[in-house]
Amino acid sequence: MDSQAIATVDHEHPHSHDHPPYLKHHFETVEQQRETASLGMWVFLLTEIMFFSGLFCAYLIFRNWYHAAFVVASNTLDVTLGTINTAVLICSSFTMAMGVYSAEMRRKKHLVLYLIATLILGSTFLGIKAIEYHDKYTEHHIPGANFSIENFVHPNDPKEPPVGVDMAQHTPIYFELYFGMTGMHALHMVVGVCLLIVLIFRAQAGEFTAGHVTTVENFGLYWHFVDIVWIFLFPLLYLISKHA
Amino acid sequence: MAEHKALHEPENAPPQPGQGDQDHIEHHIVQPGLYLMVFLALMCGTALTTGMAFVNLGIFNPIIALVIACTKAMLVILFFMHIKYSSKLTKLTLASGFFTLLILLTLTLSDYISRAWGLW
Repeated sequence: MDSQAIATVDHEHPHSHDHPPYLKHHFETVEQQRETASLGMWVFLLTEIMFFSGLFCAYLIFRNWYHAAFVVASNTLDVTLGTINTAVLICSSFTMAMGVYSAEMRRKKHLVLYLIATLILGSTFLGIKAIEYHDKYTEHHIPGANFSIENFVHPNDPKEPPVGVDMAQHTPIYFELYFGMTGMHALHMVVGVCLLIVLIFRAQAGEFTAGHVTTVENFGLYWHFVDIVWIFLFPLLYLISKHA
Repeated sequence: MAEHKALHEPENAPPQPGQGDQDHIEHHIVQPGLYLMVFLALMCGTALTTGMAFVNLGIFNPIIALVIACTKAMLVILFFMHIKYSSKLTKLTLASGFFTLLILLTLTLSDYISRAWGLW
């Protein structure tokens, strides 16, 4: 009798002597294993929430100190691209949710298609983000030696109010937070996209459509978390003062 | 197509309600219709956030933006992330995490507000 066989002997439920291959020995039931994995994922996501909240807290303090600098710096971002990216990410969250549903329903083909759709939408988001970063590069708005406050002291757009040199010198703080926060978010997206590629191959092999959906479900939690971070980043970074 | 196959392969059928172990919370499968409604609400929220940003509401602009963002985040957490259907343990863990975050933010901000505000 090997250890596998010993673990299947269940005195409380003598009728169930066999158990699915994905049920680990230290869990009583599939449901218990699933709850445990889900709780672990949520604890991990809480540490992620704490991490991003530190950045949001820094943003809150600096925005209140140097509000005028944040307004002019924020107005250089492209709201259209930002809105499109928000929509793309929400669509990807929806396809991911549908992917988890397909796994629950044991529809392999649907699961693979929804995961591929999520991958395409996630990559689209990163592509648009790359275009935005490139715009900042050509405008000399990346903090560092080539950063220029010229556009804030003497704006090209007559509708933009010029700010004094003192305040304009604080605009790099906005862009440090912008690149720090969107950069950390984009890094999470890159990690998500890499994991998705692996998941698509494993889903194609039928690993998640035989009752074991925990992996897909927990990846879904991660993907939705990344979506939530962007839901806050978008209004806070792009829409500070569009009404002026 | 998938339903058709399931009829002929009962061992591959989706889980039926009532099969779960009674010791644990019964696993709830969120239906696509609800996902679609949440998705549409999130899209409306995005349009609303962008639209409201172009209307001058003074101090209420950032407040409205944050209220919409929190509502959207709540929708994602409750339905896309299945917290509405999770065990009390998971719900309580999440709530205590957010409460701890609130304490950390309050302590940090009260420190910044009460000393040399804006003098750096």
